[in-house]
Amino acid sequence: MKTDIILAGVGGQGILSIAATLGIAALENNWYLKQAETHGMSQRGGAVVSHLRISDKPIASDLVPLGKANVIISVEPMESLRYLDYLSETGYVVTNVKPFVNISDYPEEAKIMEYINNLPNVVAIDADKIANDLNARRSSNIVMLGAAAPFLNVELSVLESGLRQIFGSKGDDVVEMNLKALHAGYNFAMENK
Amino acid sequence: MQKLMLGDEAIAQAAIDAGLSGVYSYPGTPSTEITEYIQASKQAKELRIHSDWAANEKTAMEAALGMAYAGKRSMSCMKHVGLNVAADNFMNAAVTGVNGGMVVVVADDPSMHSSQNEQDSRIYGKFALIPVLEPSNQQEAYDMTYVAFELSEKYKVPVMVRITTRVAHSRAGVTTKDVKPQNEMKLPSDPRQFVLLPAIARKQYKGLLNNQVHFNTESENSSFNQYFEGTDKKMGIIACGLGYNYLREILPEGECKFPVLKVTQYPMPQKQVKQIAAETESLLVIEEGYPMVEELIKGFLEKENVSGRLDGTLPRDGELNADIVGAALGYPTHSGESKVPDFIANRPPSMCPGCSHIDVYTALNEALEAYSPGRVFSDIGCYTLGALPPFNSINSCVDMGASVTMAKGAADAGLVPAVSVIGDSTFTHSGMTGLLDAVNENSPITVIISDNESTSMTGGQDSAALGRLEAICEGLGVDPAHIRVMNPIKKNHEELVAIMKEEFEFDGPSVIIPRRECIQKASRRRKMEAKAKMKS
Ligand SMILES: Cc1ncc(C[n+]2csc(CCOP(=O)(O)OP(=O)(O)O)c2C)c(N)n1
Repeated sequence: MKTDIILAGVGGQGILSIAATLGIAALENNWYLKQAETHGMSQRGGAVVSHLRISDKPIASDLVPLGKANVIISVEPMESLRYLDYLSETGYVVTNVKPFVNISDYPEEAKIMEYINNLPNVVAIDADKIANDLNARRSSNIVMLGAAAPFLNVELSVLESGLRQIFGSKGDDVVEMNLKALHAGYNFAMENK
Repeated sequence: MQKLMLGDEAIAQAAIDAGLSGVYSYPGTPSTEITEYIQASKQAKELRIHSDWAANEKTAMEAALGMAYAGKRSMSCMKHVGLNVAADNFMNAAVTGVNGGMVVVVADDPSMHSSQNEQDSRIYGKFALIPVLEPSNQQEAYDMTYVAFELSEKYKVPVMVRITTRVAHSRAGVTTKDVKPQNEMKLPSDPRQFVLLPAIARKQYKGLLNNQVHFNTESENSSFNQYFEGTDKKMGIIACGLGYNYLREILPEGECKFPVLKVTQYPMPQKQVKQIAAETESLLVIEEGYPMVEELIKGFLEKENVSGRLDGTLPRDGELNADIVGAALGYPTHSGESKVPDFIANRPPSMCPGCSHIDVYTALNEALEAYSPGRVFSDIGCYTLGALPPFNSINSCVDMGASVTMAKGAADAGLVPAVSVIGDSTFTHSGMTGLLDAVNENSPITVIISDNESTSMTGGQDSAALGRLEAICEGLGVDPAHIRVMNPIKKNHEELVAIMKEEFEFDGPSVIIPRRECIQKASRRRKMEAKAKMKS
């Protein structure tokens, strides 16, 4: 197996929680993993991106080459488009639809959504609303992970076990909440892909 | 089992395992996480490894050298521009040599993700005539740091580990080695080794020069440098550090018909370089950073058929990646028009809502309305973002501390008032000495120390002179009547503007300290306090 993932968002949105779950899952399965993160200046509200590569064979480059990503997971709609050139012909864009507007020239929301909805392979999801409905407001990123799950070449159970490990120390309630968020995202993607 | 680690963390863990007694650093992207890892490590705490932040890179490296003088293993970590600050110590430490092992980790930032330039620290290593290790991945970052201490003790010289952003800030599985005990304290056998009076320095320097041939032999025999045979002799590829990874992304080991020399330990291994040059018609050099190796091989007369960053086969600046390397090899990985729609707006970093620097710039802009523009010298930190709209407040950001001294020089030239805006950590890093110059000449400058009680741009480390800035300024000789401390909140806006206007009119050095804790740091502190309360 081999999966290349681009994780996109805005500094402070916590995209690394998504990466961490996948990282633990990779380790458990003795897969190789490379995860290039954005630290430093851009974390102050700038565009941030993480390249995540998982494979059962050794991985050379820390960065995903252009046109090779299986999935772009973005927790913000405009950011999902910034990295389109990394996506493979058959790759999926999985994006949250809630804009994060911290710049004065943010494009018209309708324009962004129109472009997103016209992409050949896309799941556009209101992860914040789904998380809220589950009373799991802080798990919207895990909803996003769930929505991306069908395109990761990774069994859902592997992600579940990753979540158990990450949130285990915070108690069963937190684990359950995140598992629910994962499944809600997954179900949405299966119905809307 | 393997552990997922950032390259930075792998270096930190390797140093701990190699018997480190102290790390001395000043934060700077992408090097910060090395020292932070040691600070957070339970193992390091149990082993009583020193890990407190230093005031700047020079004080840090000097302390590391002091620890190595006393026979223990020390490490000093910094970003590339930090080595400029520490360069005086760095160059001379190569001449004194060390007693206990000393490793200098320098993190370069090609493409300038969080930096003012993309200088290549390998050149500093060559300049100082010491061995340099350049890991191509996270496992090598661990392995190289681990052996760097041995190499350092074997030849009694500091050893540099040079990393770049993608090694520092990328995570991968890493296998660790056995933990070694720390060295006992033991003074140098030659009591004059560290006394660089000219007569002694000449002798020491000869020793360093005599070691060059051994450093080359180490490189030639190093398992980190590898020669891969190839059947197609049209081209040989020399791939350095991270460049090697990108090569392997395009041409994996079994699929590459060209001979390849992987270089991750310097000085350049002469034997293998000669071998690959002799058996191939042309050479492609893939290196992250400056075309250092390419220049070295090509020479001034360009007699060899060598390509790389100098002749445009690879771009002269910026980070490499597999796409760029693939194109240089004639294996384009991706073609066609960009699919990114052109309405996508840039999203540069910005100050957090509620940040105290915002109040400072709002007041500063108003207080300066009466004067012609172009008189605000600033510095490096979150407050540098005051250069961007809507503030557009500052006219310079060069190197840490330069705001104070550039303001002074501009005032000397007649630009009065001249204003410096500097952060609390940057002030203690390199601003204090400049202020002393201004005091000594009674220069008409106003230094605004925008004190958020934190080193925020690099993640909120503690500031070196928390709560002592006024005392420092007074000690440097600033008239206490012209040291004005203020809480920069909306309610105090008018007062802050008034204070600024007053001090701009003062004919001498003045200091304004708007002080309010960084909101990110405050929220982390509150969370920690709440957690501690829950526990007790
Ligand atoms: C010589 C050097 N060392 C380190 C850095 C990395 N660096 C950039 S900003 C910064 C922190 C500045 O802190 P402070 O002056 O308190 O400003 P704040 O970010 O808190 O506003 C550091 C350490 C650098 N750019 N140059």
